[in-house]
Amino acid sequence: MRDVAIIGVGHTRFGRASKTSLELFAEATLRAVDDAGVSLKDIEALFQGAALTGFEEGQVMSAAFSAAELNLGPIPATRYEGACASASVAIRDAAQWVASGEFELVLAGGVEKALLMGTPLATRTFAMACHAPTEGPAGLTFPGVFAMAARRYAQTYGLPLETLREQMAHVSIKNHRHGALNPLAQFYKKMADLKVEDVINSRMVADPLTLLDCCPFSDGAAALVLCSAELARAYTDEPIYVLGTGQASGTALARMGDLTKPLSRITSARMAFKRARLTPGDIDMVEVHDCFSIAELIALESMGFFAWGEAAEATAAGETEIDGKLPVNMSGGLIGKGHPIGATGASQVYWVVKQMRGDSPKGNQIDPVPEYGMTDTLGGDFGTLCHLILGRAKRSS
Amino acid sequence: MSGRAQEELEKELAMEYQVLTYADYENGLKDGKLLGLHCSSCRKITCNPMPVCQWCGSRMLERTELSGEGVLETFTVIRVASEGFEDDAPFIPCLVRTREGPCVIGRLAYDTEQATQDLIGKQVKLTGAYTYKGDRYSGGERICPIFSVLE
Repeated sequence: MRDVAIIGVGHTRFGRASKTSLELFAEATLRAVDDAGVSLKDIEALFQGAALTGFEEGQVMSAAFSAAELNLGPIPATRYEGACASASVAIRDAAQWVASGEFELVLAGGVEKALLMGTPLATRTFAMACHAPTEGPAGLTFPGVFAMAARRYAQTYGLPLETLREQMAHVSIKNHRHGALNPLAQFYKKMADLKVEDVINSRMVADPLTLLDCCPFSDGAAALVLCSAELARAYTDEPIYVLGTGQASGTALARMGDLTKPLSRITSARMAFKRARLTPGDIDMVEVHDCFSIAELIALESMGFFAWGEAAEATAAGETEIDGKLPVNMSGGLIGKGHPIGATGASQVYWVVKQMRGDSPKGNQIDPVPEYGMTDTLGGDFGTLCHLILGRAKRSS
Repeated sequence: MSGRAQEELEKELAMEYQVLTYADYENGLKDGKLLGLHCSSCRKITCNPMPVCQWCGSRMLERTELSGEGVLETFTVIRVASEGFEDDAPFIPCLVRTREGPCVIGRLAYDTEQATQDLIGKQVKLTGAYTYKGDRYSGGERICPIFSVLE
């Protein structure tokens, strides 16, 4: 398999969008194409994450129409649905197809207009990524699932729930702090200086998670231009290489075993590390799927960055801040930046690439620029997991 | 003439792969029973129903009835409900580890204002069935178990 590189990235503002999803995806694509310095005619295939477009705008088969929107010609265009991990799965497949030699240059990304649906329908459609026969009638929501995981976390590690709530609040405080600095974020210039009490005392959504423990519903799109490593050098002196990818599937919540140690996440992360020939200690920064504050803690432990039960206290101690052991979600993450679910994985990659180029907003840019970065994207209640490891240098052979 | 006889093809199609369907499972709940499957390969219990054993993947399954007793693994109190559940809120989805081994998702019949962390680990028992009337996306009504805490 060949080495694969990312040579262009594009990202719309996240938040409420008046444009259609086809327009949003086109905007992200054009930004990525301009960034790469390639022509639309060079794109040989399109891989698009889009989870709920049928409910949002009555539009399925959005990938084909996205290709048509940009007059890309009759190229293969495929929509990927892995709930909130849709874009990461699309990017992973795009990288695999390029690595195989089938395509030289492709476009991958994602789009969503979740905010458009309003909270009741958005909550309903998001909950469709739960196991419908068993979790449906129980009335489980995504905040509900992660609230259950938070209670298990406290129980397993002997933490008073109030202590865990305070530690979880630091995830929200950190991610809002960095989201407020990010001009593309849904909460740009907002909630830059939250206090623990603000998070704990905000509206209770699913006990013990409050509104500020949760990411918002969002509209937005992000896109990437990927090509073979050989071709990349023709366009840029500083391609970002896809060093390793992982993907894994979960099961119904009742069959998961331990909600705080999701096998799907552990398996996917390990696959990515193995492919990249790297270990957690090599990684300089991560963008993880903080759909809820507790989710960031579970992600960091499942990926091997912290021992089981230690991410909560480490986060409260600042170890995941910009000057900490491992900067986490310096883009603002899903909590501060927003979460247009079909686009999120591409947004995470966008911000890792920006970090590696030294192009992140002041206050969010890690110094020196990271050599190795990683994304973690979760779909459903641990149903689809995908990890991507990126680097400024090619994989060692 | 090549091809196969319709009768032969129909006979193949008549083969039933699902020992216990969701409809059977939900009907059991309506009757106050928690139905599952006993695996004659690993001797463990599968619940909710699957075409294969949830533990070993074997297809050597027989219907069985669980005690309906278990331990509360975790729960939450939903304050912001999704469309179709607004009138229920606040309510308590829960995860129960049955005495026989498998976990099931259900609802906990408990005062939402008194539902605190110390409920975790308590003994619970199946005491009813909750019927969600369904919406245009749910494929009809759906039923889940209701558990109560054994004080």
